[in-house]
Amino acid sequence: MEANVAIVVIWLFLFLYALGGAIDFGAGFWSMFYFGRKDTTAASIANLYLNPSWKVTNVFLVLFVVALVGFFPHAAFALGSFMIVPVSFVLILLIIRSAFMVYSYSVQKYTKLFTYISGITGLLIPALMLSILPIIIGGFVEIVGGNHYILYDRLLSSPTLYAHIGFGLAAELFLSSLFLSDYAREAKAMETYEVYRKNAIILGPIMLSMAVAATMTLMPEAMWMVENMARQWHLFALSLVVFSIGYSALWWPSKKGRVGQPRVAVLFMVAQIGLASFAYGWAHMPYIVYPDLTIYEAVTNKQMYLSLLWGYAIGMAILVPLFYWFWRLFLKDKRYLTDKKVDDVR
Amino acid sequence: MDNVLLARMLFGSSLIFHIIFATLGVGLTLMILIAEILRVVRKDNDYGILAKRWTKAVAILLGVAIPSGTIVAVMLALLWPGLIEVVGQVIALPFTLEIFAFFFEALFLSIYVYAASRLSSTMRIISVFFVALGATASAVLITNVQSWMNTPTGFSIVNGDITDVRPWEAVLNPAFGYTAIHVASSAYTATAFVVASYAAYQLLKPNLKQSEKTYHRKGLMMALIFGAITSLWTATNGHHSAVGLHNNVPVKLAAAEGLFETQSNAPLSIFGTPDPEANRVVGGIEVPGMLSYLATGSLDGVVVGLNEYPRDEWPPLFVHTLFNIMVGIGSALIALSFGALAYRIFFKKREYPNWVLIPLVASGPLAMLGIETGWIFACIGRQPWTIYGIQRTAEAATKSANLGTFFIIFISLYGFLLVVTALVMRYYFRRNPLIKEFESQTTTV
Repeated sequence: MEANVAIVVIWLFLFLYALGGAIDFGAGFWSMFYFGRKDTTAASIANLYLNPSWKVTNVFLVLFVVALVGFFPHAAFALGSFMIVPVSFVLILLIIRSAFMVYSYSVQKYTKLFTYISGITGLLIPALMLSILPIIIGGFVEIVGGNHYILYDRLLSSPTLYAHIGFGLAAELFLSSLFLSDYAREAKAMETYEVYRKNAIILGPIMLSMAVAATMTLMPEAMWMVENMARQWHLFALSLVVFSIGYSALWWPSKKGRVGQPRVAVLFMVAQIGLASFAYGWAHMPYIVYPDLTIYEAVTNKQMYLSLLWGYAIGMAILVPLFYWFWRLFLKDKRYLTDKKVDDVR
Repeated sequence: MDNVLLARMLFGSSLIFHIIFATLGVGLTLMILIAEILRVVRKDNDYGILAKRWTKAVAILLGVAIPSGTIVAVMLALLWPGLIEVVGQVIALPFTLEIFAFFFEALFLSIYVYAASRLSSTMRIISVFFVALGATASAVLITNVQSWMNTPTGFSIVNGDITDVRPWEAVLNPAFGYTAIHVASSAYTATAFVVASYAAYQLLKPNLKQSEKTYHRKGLMMALIFGAITSLWTATNGHHSAVGLHNNVPVKLAAAEGLFETQSNAPLSIFGTPDPEANRVVGGIEVPGMLSYLATGSLDGVVVGLNEYPRDEWPPLFVHTLFNIMVGIGSALIALSFGALAYRIFFKKREYPNWVLIPLVASGPLAMLGIETGWIFACIGRQPWTIYGIQRTAEAATKSANLGTFFIIFISLYGFLLVVTALVMRYYFRRNPLIKEFESQTTTV
């Protein structure tokens, strides 16, 4: 019971970070991609979003890590032993990305170079994070004398690794495009809305097919997972329906002039990612690391579980109004969105 | 090389790097709050400019502070799974609460910086108040786990298993109060002297305009007053920390002071090298009875020596030097700030001569060195334990390979980022000189 509730909380935090992180790193990439372009404001719209939000997004990553080891302390040894390599690379990319993103605003002389450094390192982070999924599903970890080792030659020659990386890239670029199309429209930057809408239209089906490819290529490596996922077929089917409705909303007529209702599309895609990731997570149960570590073995004691649950509940209750205010100030307030002269203190 | 040592080197270097940024983040946000309040109370826009430029410095520092904090959090879990396994069962609560302190800091900092023009003066002060509160609260909550590692409470061990967990008793462990206060006050002190050091450096330059001189003098005075108060406070709670060590972790105090024999009338040894053969500190200055007096409040008080403990439970003896450097720097900072303030009061001069400014320039780096030696002492002085008396560092460490490679990668990265951050700071503040602020600000307030 405790383990089940705890893993749902973990899923929720992971889901929030997956969305926030995808949009954050994707926006950093688009800020680089459209750098210096005179014909579109796509880069400045991306920066307008990134400036106030990247710190908050980063806290969600720490929240996920802390909650994971807090609720499941007995998973630490297994995860610590073989995650060190992929996670260290994520951390290296993360510090380069954040530092150079901030520095690009402060050093005009090297803005372009710094934007490229942060854009590319940021692009790779979600891809690298997704590569962890096939590792913990099994087939790539060997246990020798109680220690877990990644079988690199098998992992690197396996198509599913690359399908997962491809899915990470596609999801990041699709979700950020879709989100920024809505954000651009909120900022009344209609040309930029069209740019991001077009990106989202191209990237949506790519994300979907990469997801299918990632699942299919899993078959030879972790058939148990694919079978479990097949048992969740109704959730995956529902997520596909939700995706189709959200995707079609990009063509729905709108009172605001241009075709498409990006707000509807964003909300449906959030629901779609929620459904699909929940179904994926459910299929993953009860293993944290297949086949030798389950959530029931890894979960903390009852007293700590309860106090953590209370801690998160009270903390979130205080934060929700604050998040709402934040949203009003930076994602809704026309004075922020249309202010061409963004404050030079950033 | 031995895996445990590599894990310690990798984690230690990450902490040494992160603590610079974390300390400044905690201290500068409070100084920004004070400057914002002074701006309103004194109706003096120079304080507004101070707040604005410090905020810019914080924004640059956060580019590294936030991801390096993330690195430390994740590495704690990856490199010390044994520790995390116990922490997750007994003292996971402060980590949880700390996340919310981070959220407060991040959300309100963005509000303060990017929504400043849309907020009233009061709302701005409230925003920056919550930034400062979030920064200090996260430092205090992290320190909570560190203090628990020194004085672990709130659980029982039956047949090697942890049972009967009392989370709040663990949070309120005996070392928490004095450790947390010492960490926060020393962070304020160090930041004050970094700020004083910058202002003093600027005032040394010839050909300053009168408006620039006035501005830097205000910054210097604010830093000196803040630094005088916080450094004295740090000395007081540092004393309480030493008394706390005497009561709770006597072996750490014994190693810090190089005391081998349990004795009353124990001497205080300043510098020198602890020599286990001679059973005393060689080459230092001894103040008879002083250690007993400081630890117990009486010259006759008995202070426990290292010889009460088996050799394999001794911390490395060089912590005596680290401890002395920390205390020495702390004392020097008190003397420096009170000296400079006294000069100003007795000679009634607005301008400091160079022989006062030059030591002030040195005070910032010195204060940072004090912070670093203090933290290194706190962690190495706990060795060979991660959790004092419960778990040895060797039991806590990951068994994963590759640590040596990552140590080299990370330490190069830290060195590189220190240089780049310093260059970015220099570039930005040269590109946006004070003169420009005076011109642009005359219209806004």
